[in-house]
Order: sequence, then structure tokens, then C-alpha cells
Amino acid sequence: MQKVMIERAAELLSSGKVNRVLGWRAGLFAHDNTPSVFTDAADLQANFVYNEFCGANLSKYLVKESDKEGTVAVFLKPCDTYSFNQLIAEHKIKRDNVYAIGVQCNGMKDVNDREKLEERCASCKSRKHVAYDELIGESGEILDSNRFDMVEKLENMTSEERFEFWRGELSRCVRCNACRNVCPACTCEKCIFDNPDSGSANKAPADPFEENLFHIIRAFHVAGRCTDCGECSRVCPENIPLHLLNRKFIKDINELYGEYQAGETVNERGPLVNYTQGDAEPSVVYERGNS
Amino acid sequence: MQMNDNTFRPKIVAFCCNWCSYAGADLAGTNRLNYPADVKIIRVPCSCRVNPTFVLRAFGRGADGVIICGCHPGDCHYTSGNYYARRRMTLLFSMLDYLGIERERTRVEWVSAAEGAKFAQTMNSFVETVTKLGKNKRLEDLRCKK
Ligand code: SF4
Ligand code: SF4
Ligand code: FES
Repeated sequence: MQKVMIERAAELLSSGKVNRVLGWRAGLFAHDNTPSVFTDAADLQANFVYNEFCGANLSKYLVKESDKEGTVAVFLKPCDTYSFNQLIAEHKIKRDNVYAIGVQCNGMKDVNDREKLEERCASCKSRKHVAYDELIGESGEILDSNRFDMVEKLENMTSEERFEFWRGELSRCVRCNACRNVCPACTCEKCIFDNPDSGSANKAPADPFEENLFHIIRAFHVAGRCTDCGECSRVCPENIPLHLLNRKFIKDINELYGEYQAGETVNERGPLVNYTQGDAEPSVVYERGNS
Repeated sequence: MQMNDNTFRPKIVAFCCNWCSYAGADLAGTNRLNYPADVKIIRVPCSCRVNPTFVLRAFGRGADGVIICGCHPGDCHYTSGNYYARRRMTLLFSMLDYLGIERERTRVEWVSAAEGAKFAQTMNSFVETVTKLGKNKRLEDLRCKK
């Protein structure tokens, strides 16, 4: 795969179809491949990698890259294509400036336990590319994943148990903001969490309130737009299961407002910028489950 | 006179939309209907003005319950604001519940300008619910403590 990708990228560069290629550059260690822009064939040959440690979703980098002169080629795994579509829908990517190459993905490995697949890949929602100009390797199917299992488990706990669970997780947050920075849905130029008056711009949260504020607002802000790409959980240095917050919103949206997958198409109206007159009242929250 | 009453009185923040619920609260007042003084009303142009951060921050700064009141669905002064607010608040409350924060501390109620009695009644029942729950401990900002 890697060889074919390098050849194709070099070809696109030399033909002048694109003037940059967005891909993954080999890092110091086998597992720390990083997103990078390549402009010549020699660099591609020497440093371009594609293996089971290329988890980084390149679509977010297109927000800046597609704004520049000329066309940029980009390699997108199936889940990355959802983010790609979502960003086009939000007018953040200039589609005409991008040449998207879908690449086959068999799941990424967990950097902490290299024998295992990453959590998000073990519960992958789709191996299908929803957007591309050309494909290298195969595009798979939308999968019947078990990604809501843990959310359900939490829902079935008592309120106290859930509180304990989340305190244990969220209190580890060091507010590095990596989860925000990596997220393809977090593309505001000015972020509330950079505002010292927000009550939550500190580096290390001082108390549970601040942790909750940050995490609820982060997850809420991407609700309805989060494609469940899993990048936030991947980059968290504290291994906080942020996907469990995002998936709660996704699950609620599916149950209350109809199945919705962000990024599946570019012209659907997101669930939070839409409504029907017969929507459930907020009191449904009190009526279901135990407390 | 020194108040020597140690019974718990909850702090309630009520976001009321200008066009219906705030007028409803006014009507409750002119009709001399009683509702607890623990309810602090914040007037907003429309129920959809209530950003989730407002709700969280109210809790952070010491509220024990937060209620959002708007025009009845279909009657919003801006046509559809309350429909959006309804979705947002449903998801937000569900998330609070998911994090283990008592769901009874949050509520949305539709109160029209003519429903002074409903306003008073809603506030009475909400204050009663929150009083039973006691102090908000799970979502408070310790730095705001004296
Ligand atoms: S919130 Fe996480 S899973 Fe959702 S789009 Fe952002 S990085 Fe991906
Ligand atoms: S990446 Fe993890 S530690 Fe960093 S801010 Fe996000 S949740 Fe907190
Ligand atoms: S103006 Fe009352 S809810 Fe919109």
C-alpha cells in the first residue's frame, strides 16, 4: 500500500495536478507518525509512511491547506472521509482545491498495547469511504458496530455510580486542550476555552465544576457534528474516554430525532439546527431510565 | 432581625423569555400569586438565547436548580426559537444526567403571558423538588465559595 501511495503521490506532483501532498511522516518511533505536507518525490520516498500507526485524521489540516494556492492531495481513511464531508458541509474546506485519495484501512493499532486495535477501530462504524476522487485499495461497508455498548452500560448505572465513574475519569484531565485541537469539528477561530473569563481557561482544572464545564461544553459544541472519528480519545494523554461523551449525544440524537450520521452526506441539515413540531419535550429525560 | 432559620432554602435561577414567561411572571405578581422568593428571574430575549454555558455557570456559581421558561411551542415571538431550545436543552439535561448530576435540578416549562397562575404553580413545584434534593454539590465551583 505504502509503495503504491508514494508512487501515486509523486506522479500527481510531477504532473502538476497538485502542488502539495498531505500525508503521514515517519516519526522517531514506529508509533508516532505525524501529519505532514510533502512537496517533492525524494521527501516522499524517504519519509512518507502508511501503516497501522497512521491514526491521525488529516481532514482537519485541509481547513488551512485548502485555503492556499493550488490543489492539495490528501490521503483519507474511511472514517476521515466523514470528517471531510462534514467540513465541506460547514464551508470550512474548499473542495475544489482538494484532490482526495481514499485509502483502505484495516484498523489502527493502539500505541499503548501494540497487539490490540484502537478502541475506535475495534468498534468501527464504517469501512466505507463516503467521499473521494480516487481510491487506493478497497472501500468496505458500513458496519453494524457495538459502539454504544459502554454508553448503555453507563446509562443503566445509578446516578451515584455514574457520578463516581466520571469523577474518576474527568479528574485526570490536565487541560492540555489536545482533544479540542485535534477535533475536525472544533474549528472556531476563537474558542471559549481560550478566554480567561470563561471560567474554564485554566491549564489545570481547579475543581470538578471546571472539569465538567469543559467536557460538557466541548462535547455539546460538537454534538450533531461529531462524526465519531475517535481522534479526541486517541490523543488524550490521560486516556480519558471522551468518545463516551460524544457517543451519548449521538445515541440520544438517534433515539430522539432519528438516525443521523454526521458527514455521511454534505447537504443534510444537522439535528441541532433543525426541529420538528412534534419533538420530545425535555422532560423525556426524567421519564426514562433510573436515577 | 437575625434570621435564625436553618432550614435549607434552594437558590433557583429561572431564565424567562421576554415575550411570554417574563410577562407571565409579571402577571403572577400583579395577581398577588405567591411563589418563593428563592427564584431569581433572568430575562432573556427568547428561550433559545440560553446557551448551555449559562445553565452550567448558574450551577457553578451556586444555583441549586435551573429552570428555563419560554413561549409555548408554536408561539415563539421569533417563530422557532423555542423549538431549537427544546432540542438543545433535552440533550444538555440528558448529558447532565449521564454525568451523574441529578436530573431533577433542571427543567424546561412553557408559560404564556396569560398564565400567571401556571407560572406560580411551576415555580412552587420546582422549588419543592429542589428543596428535597438539597444543596447542589455535584456541580458547583468551589472557587465561588466564600
Ligand atoms: S469530538 Fe472526537 S470523535 Fe467527534 S469529531 Fe471531534 S475528534 Fe472526532
Ligand atoms: S486531551 Fe485529555 S487531558 Fe487534554 S484537555 Fe482533552 S481530556 Fe483533558
Ligand atoms: S420568544 Fe419566547 S420562546 Fe422565543
